Amino acid sequence: MDKKKEDFWDTEISAKHNLLDLKLKDIWDYRDLLILLVRRDFVSFYKQTILGPLWFFIQPLFTTVIYTFIFGSLASIPTDGLPQPLFYLAGITGWNYFADCLTKTSGVFTANAALFGKVYFPRLIVPLSIIVSNLIRFGIQMSLFALMMLIYWLKGAAFHPTQWILLFPFLLILMAMLGLGLGMIFSAMTTKYRDLSFLLTFGIQLMMYLTTVIYPLSVVESKYPAYRWLVEYNPMTSIIEAFRFGFLGQGTFTTQSLAITTCSTLLILITGIVIFNQVERNFVDTV
Amino acid sequence: MSVVIKVEGLSKAYQLGEIGTGTISRDLERFWAKIRGKEDPFLKIGETNERTQKGTNDIVWSLNDLNFDVKQGDAVGIIGRNGAGKSTLLKILSRVTAPTRGTIKIKGRIASLLEVGTGFHPELSGRENIYLNGAILGMRKAEIKRKFDEIVDFSGVERYIDTPVKRYSSGMYVRLAFAVAAHLESEILIVDEVLAVGDAEFQKKCLGKMDVVSKGEGRTVLFVSHNMTAIQKLCNTVVLLNNGEIAGIGETQSNIDKYLQNAIIQKTTFDIPLPQDHTALHGFASRLQIEDSDGKPIAEIPVGKTWQVRVFFKINVEVQHFIIALGIMNSNEVNIRTCWSEKACLKEGYYEAVFREDQLIFAPGNYYLTIGLSNYERPIHYVENIASLSISQVSDPLLENTILRVNNVGLFLNPMSIKIAMLKNNLL
Repeated sequence: MDKKKEDFWDTEISAKHNLLDLKLKDIWDYRDLLILLVRRDFVSFYKQTILGPLWFFIQPLFTTVIYTFIFGSLASIPTDGLPQPLFYLAGITGWNYFADCLTKTSGVFTANAALFGKVYFPRLIVPLSIIVSNLIRFGIQMSLFALMMLIYWLKGAAFHPTQWILLFPFLLILMAMLGLGLGMIFSAMTTKYRDLSFLLTFGIQLMMYLTTVIYPLSVVESKYPAYRWLVEYNPMTSIIEAFRFGFLGQGTFTTQSLAITTCSTLLILITGIVIFNQVERNFVDTV
Repeated sequence: MSVVIKVEGLSKAYQLGEIGTGTISRDLERFWAKIRGKEDPFLKIGETNERTQKGTNDIVWSLNDLNFDVKQGDAVGIIGRNGAGKSTLLKILSRVTAPTRGTIKIKGRIASLLEVGTGFHPELSGRENIYLNGAILGMRKAEIKRKFDEIVDFSGVERYIDTPVKRYSSGMYVRLAFAVAAHLESEILIVDEVLAVGDAEFQKKCLGKMDVVSKGEGRTVLFVSHNMTAIQKLCNTVVLLNNGEIAGIGETQSNIDKYLQNAIIQKTTFDIPLPQDHTALHGFASRLQIEDSDGKPIAEIPVGKTWQVRVFFKINVEVQHFIIALGIMNSNEVNIRTCWSEKACLKEGYYEAVFREDQLIFAPGNYYLTIGLSNYERPIHYVENIASLSISQVSDPLLENTILRVNNVGLFLNPMSIKIAMLKNNLL
């Protein structure tokens, strides 16, 4: 063996860690695990249930009915002239994906402590698998949304998809990245400070009211300009507004706000990965 | 052979007690020190990890400056008391947690088996779990597919392969899980005491598989166990840890002995716990003492020296055919000697019996003693493993027996009478 090969080591475990080493190659090596974890989540979700994957439909459908009753009828919040169920369902579908990604990712370390404590694989695989398995659920809910669109179109309701519908894949990626990034930051912090998981559960609920799920941004702009910043600085707002604008033709959508959202999302995601990789190394000792 | 694992200055600190109170202020202090490029202020004041003593500090070094190399194809046994740092070492090696200081350099893929069935999902079938568990352990899907039949065959649960594993018995569960891990194609295999589960037959199978892995396939195996027989059989070198430091490294047998000697408390007198119904019994043994040939209590007998065991016992009711017996077992739990007295009629009273070993020379090591009192037909009082007898490797300088100075020459060191004579004719 020549000198060079003698000095070559496949793995080096050390106390120091390069902050910017995102370990993306490791993740690629474990791509099969990602697929198998997604499969596990999906299969175990409806094992021993009667309705199985139908549950993915039931939740958004019931939520839409309740929202239509409370916010649409009781509180009479305007919906940009769109049919109320369609308006709410568009918001709910997008928001649910983001919220599911965020809550599930934020519990990665605590929920998988036993597994992580016994075997090494790139920890990022688990949050990624969550994002992907939520994608399946999101896809099913999107088909529900498409079905609703078809029904309302046949009834002759007033909505017009615009060419911005093509932004849909991009919006989806944004939501996934935002949920993943924030979730990883939270998951890293909750290993030591469990308080944050309490903060998250009600925080995410409050955040929904600061996102344009049950009201359009236009109402805030015209009626409550004082609170406008609260809603507008929320990156999810511009995503959902763009989503509605693309599919239903109504919404306060500007490329500028979407660009800002994109930048902040990228920043959150990278911060998330860096913090996550840092915590992953030692969390077994503190969890 | 080339070095495949190089451990340099490896240390790991743990914080004792509750984590949480005051952690924010500590974290900020740590962070501030880090920014200024200084060392972590809370790690400086560490002390060695002696479990039984109360420390002054709540930072403890579970591993302290470990240095060693592992060569390719080695089967390394890692032994030590509970809390010596064995598991921490394995955890760092398998990258579950990071060291506080130092580095480990590794050549080749590592597969670690710190627990059997990590990541098994109870709702999924055996088949699905083989794939999932294999992937968690780092196998590619194609690789698992190729070895699937072999894995199922090794586990012996073929009939249940499409049943959810939550319906498995714990033995089947372990079999399946070990089967997956055993078929990993890694250059280095790390195994924590997982063999404690499963039945004897399967344990044997696991040990056999590990033997094949290390000796047959030339892969490197690191193995933690408290089972010295397994270590002896499997490992060609041993790392003995004590309080996070290396207490011995290298040759298997001598390190095992070192460990066993430290593990037991050196005593000369062993009190036998009073049996619950001692007044109802015909008699009972109360104390046992290990002595040299002059009747002086001795903790460790130099190899080759005559020794005796004195047993104190009480007889409550007159026994017609009284017998007292002594059993001796070695550290591998092999029974090597049982001796009993001639039957005698004993009246009520206090007695002592002396068992003198003046025939056999025991090899160095630890032996465990069993005492039995009986009246020829029925046992009166029987106590297993009541005392340990340790024969030291250091022989008596007055004895002129060269065999005593050689290691591993068998259980008994008595010389045979050997005669050599010259022949007049060629009879060969």
